[in-house]
Amino acid sequence: MPVMNYIQALNSALNNAMEEDERVVVFGEDVGRMGGVFRVTDGLQKRFGEKRCFDTPLCEQGIVGSAIGMAIGGLRPVAEIQFMDYILPAYDQIANELATLRYRSGGQYAAPVVVRTPCCGGIHGGHYHSQSTEAIFTSVPGIHVVMPSDPYDAKGLLISAIRSEDPVLFLEPKKLYRSAKAEVPESPYEVPIGKAKRLREGEHVTVIAWGVMVKVCEKAVDAVAEKGIRCDLIDLRTLTPLDEEAVLSSVEKTGRVVIVHEARRNTGYGAELAALIAERALLSLEAPIRRVTGFDVHCPFTLDPYFLPDPPRVALAIEETARF
Amino acid sequence: MTAVQPLQLLSPEGGASVEPPEGLDPERLLSLYRNMVRLRVFDRRALNLQRQGRINFYAPASGQEAAMIGSAAALEPQDVAYPTYRESGVCLQRGMSLRTMADQLFGNARDLVKGRQMPNHWSSREHNIVSISSCIATQIPQAAGTGMAQRFRGENAATICYFGDGATSEGDFHAGLNFAGVFRANTVFFCQNNQWAITVPVTRQTAAPSIAIKASAYGFEGIRIDGNDLLVVYKTVREALEKARSGGGPTLIEALTYRMGPHSTSDDPRRYRTEQEVETWRRRDPIERLQRYLEARGWIDAEQVERIAAEAKEEVDRAISEAEAVGPPEPETLFEDVYARPTPQLERERRELLDLIRRGVVSRVTHTPIRGS
Repeated sequence: MPVMNYIQALNSALNNAMEEDERVVVFGEDVGRMGGVFRVTDGLQKRFGEKRCFDTPLCEQGIVGSAIGMAIGGLRPVAEIQFMDYILPAYDQIANELATLRYRSGGQYAAPVVVRTPCCGGIHGGHYHSQSTEAIFTSVPGIHVVMPSDPYDAKGLLISAIRSEDPVLFLEPKKLYRSAKAEVPESPYEVPIGKAKRLREGEHVTVIAWGVMVKVCEKAVDAVAEKGIRCDLIDLRTLTPLDEEAVLSSVEKTGRVVIVHEARRNTGYGAELAALIAERALLSLEAPIRRVTGFDVHCPFTLDPYFLPDPPRVALAIEETARF
Repeated sequence: MTAVQPLQLLSPEGGASVEPPEGLDPERLLSLYRNMVRLRVFDRRALNLQRQGRINFYAPASGQEAAMIGSAAALEPQDVAYPTYRESGVCLQRGMSLRTMADQLFGNARDLVKGRQMPNHWSSREHNIVSISSCIATQIPQAAGTGMAQRFRGENAATICYFGDGATSEGDFHAGLNFAGVFRANTVFFCQNNQWAITVPVTRQTAAPSIAIKASAYGFEGIRIDGNDLLVVYKTVREALEKARSGGGPTLIEALTYRMGPHSTSDDPRRYRTEQEVETWRRRDPIERLQRYLEARGWIDAEQVERIAAEAKEEVDRAISEAEAVGPPEPETLFEDVYARPTPQLERERRELLDLIRRGVVSRVTHTPIRGS
């Protein structure tokens, strides 16, 4: 089985999806001729032609708005927003239009659109190339939100997303694009939307993360294991719909939880997880729920190592939670 | 810069010498006249229903019947329509029954959108009427996208996108027309410039001499027409749709018309416009104009006029009384259609609501929304 990085895995998924379904079209800014600023769509226009993979005007609300219309017109659009930081002009189209279409039409219309976008920081991108704003989308019903942390899941989830009858916001941590590598089959396969994955098994502390933070947590969990603290490490993979069973069954076993996300703490998705655990597993808890998150500032350029949770910060939180 | 004179076939006086455009024989013209009358009767009844407190909102179409009926009459069944919440006439002309339209006003259990949207938000997949959003202009890039899909797939179909003069100020107007121009989408943009966006006049939306002129910035044709002239509306839209279907790209049509009533049941137009202005437009009434023309050509007589009005009233009354008798949707429908299949979270919430109702903590919704409720 070939080893692929995250970009190659996504590219493989898009190739598979475009081969198996001629309704699939891929578009956005710079995705056609150049193959995307990160090369995720490399070679697609050459292989499938300009009607299947094309550059659009520089306009996020136009990209998502036209994607909705293309889906209504019978295509399966895979739209790219060049950076998650620039998705906000399209927020109205995503939250008010795309996510509501099935509901507001009484189930008569649906728009199976995938919106892909690179997210998160760690590349010294400053405020406008670093944000992780998943929480403004997880509060919107009608759209799935996924953020895979490795190439195998990235390919399988992208194929599931393109085959899904519902819209999917597909978040790609750009720091992992070239750094994450895994064995990935060339042929198409699905990783189900809505299923978390346990990466480490242990009875002392439950560590919950997604995206780049999964890699950070792996290091932290391995470091504390040397001190005898064994953790369940859960990669959520999908944020909505949340795999509640995976979270709650682990917390019931360990009684101790550390939630790690790169987004800011205030009303981040970790708050929802903490509330869920407090509502449904309070009596299992042996320690306060702990969050390790980005600080409540705008993503900085020079000082982003302070902003982003790193393995030592996460390891300390795990140790303190284990000893509480 | 002076305002561009709109294209017109039927003058306000009726112009008996004008031949109807291709596609409109006397029989068809009579059926369009009948729908304009049905629309006005429905419109008045709906406004009254709100004033009587029997529905909670309505946005009237009166004054814009020729623009709505004439444009929708030019559509083929395979063409896709993106209306706004004022396009009752488009729904009617595309074949939606008055009863289905009334069901939506009440938001009852038979409503095609399952009581999920305020009055005026009709949608019917069967009639290629896409779901309406209350947001202004959001449908414009979507209609561009549907026209792009029709072009990519080589379909003999076009998309018509309705919006008002206020919508041309939104970013989505620019986004949609720009995409449609770049990709030569099979989309016809039909702007009903009815002079007012709630209380704000069109002169506050743009300093340009017309809305039609904006099309040139997107690389396609813009046409300004008399929107109260059924013949010119039908002819212009039909030609633009044919051009779109045959790969000729998009067109922007600006139909000059006037909203005779309020924006919605929530405002009083006497507070922002003069009676003199309203009177000027009343003399350009689209239904009277068509009626004078049909009479002058000998295609309708006084008895038919009377019969059409009486039948419309009876039909509308029946549709409304039938719709009013239907109760609200069942509580479990609240959780349908969020996704193709309910998530585990939605299943749990559904059980939670039904349990709360069963225990009497939450009262069952027993009637459809009425004014002030």
